[in-house]
Amino acid sequence: MKVETKYFGTVEVKEKETVHFEQGLPGFESYHAFVLLPVDEAGLYYALQSCEDKKVSLIVTSPYLFQKTYEFEIGDGAQLELEIEKPKDVAVYSVVTLREPFHESTLNLQAPILVNVHNGKAKQVILAEENYQTRCPLVQGKGGEQHARP
Amino acid sequence: MLVLNRKAGESIRIGDEIELKIVSVEGGQVKLGIEAPKHVEIHRQEVYAAIQEENEEATMFSETLLDLLKSSKKD
Repeated sequence: MKVETKYFGTVEVKEKETVHFEQGLPGFESYHAFVLLPVDEAGLYYALQSCEDKKVSLIVTSPYLFQKTYEFEIGDGAQLELEIEKPKDVAVYSVVTLREPFHESTLNLQAPILVNVHNGKAKQVILAEENYQTRCPLVQGKGGEQHARP
Repeated sequence: MLVLNRKAGESIRIGDEIELKIVSVEGGQVKLGIEAPKHVEIHRQEVYAAIQEENEEATMFSETLLDLLKSSKKD
């Protein structure tokens, strides 16, 4: 099927490549079908593009590239909803909020996006523990370890 | 909106599965106990609103920033 995108023109997507948010995303509750499109060659960033509205496109990335110790428990509700049986079933993404200047960009670690890689069912969960913030700096410090690039 | 008066220790039942208990009322703060099935998600409203706002903000950025990301390389 053809999907009109915000940044990549019209792309051809196979049905099985779409991810389905039964309840939408907070703020975008009425959109359910999305597709993950690679942004960079290294495959660090993806655009989570709505198949229903080309204007709705969020940048996501793997939180583990930025926080090696990131961990949380997946609640029973999400496990049931996404039909998750084992940890390997799940891909985890965090929403990136790009800001100007770039080093003010942040990562939402409090609300990871879970995707069951087998059936494409997805959900943005809100972690009850408050150890992870919605606005974790994407670029850690200066001159130190820097995965965000540039 | 349905408005009910309840005292500490009293409960409200929502449907068959959810019980909301007033644990205590002190100095303008109500402590609630919520008994609900595990698949029912319960969040503080302001946390949900913050995530909504963050997602909305995340869709708005200039293409210049996206171009910066496109040149990202793995370490």
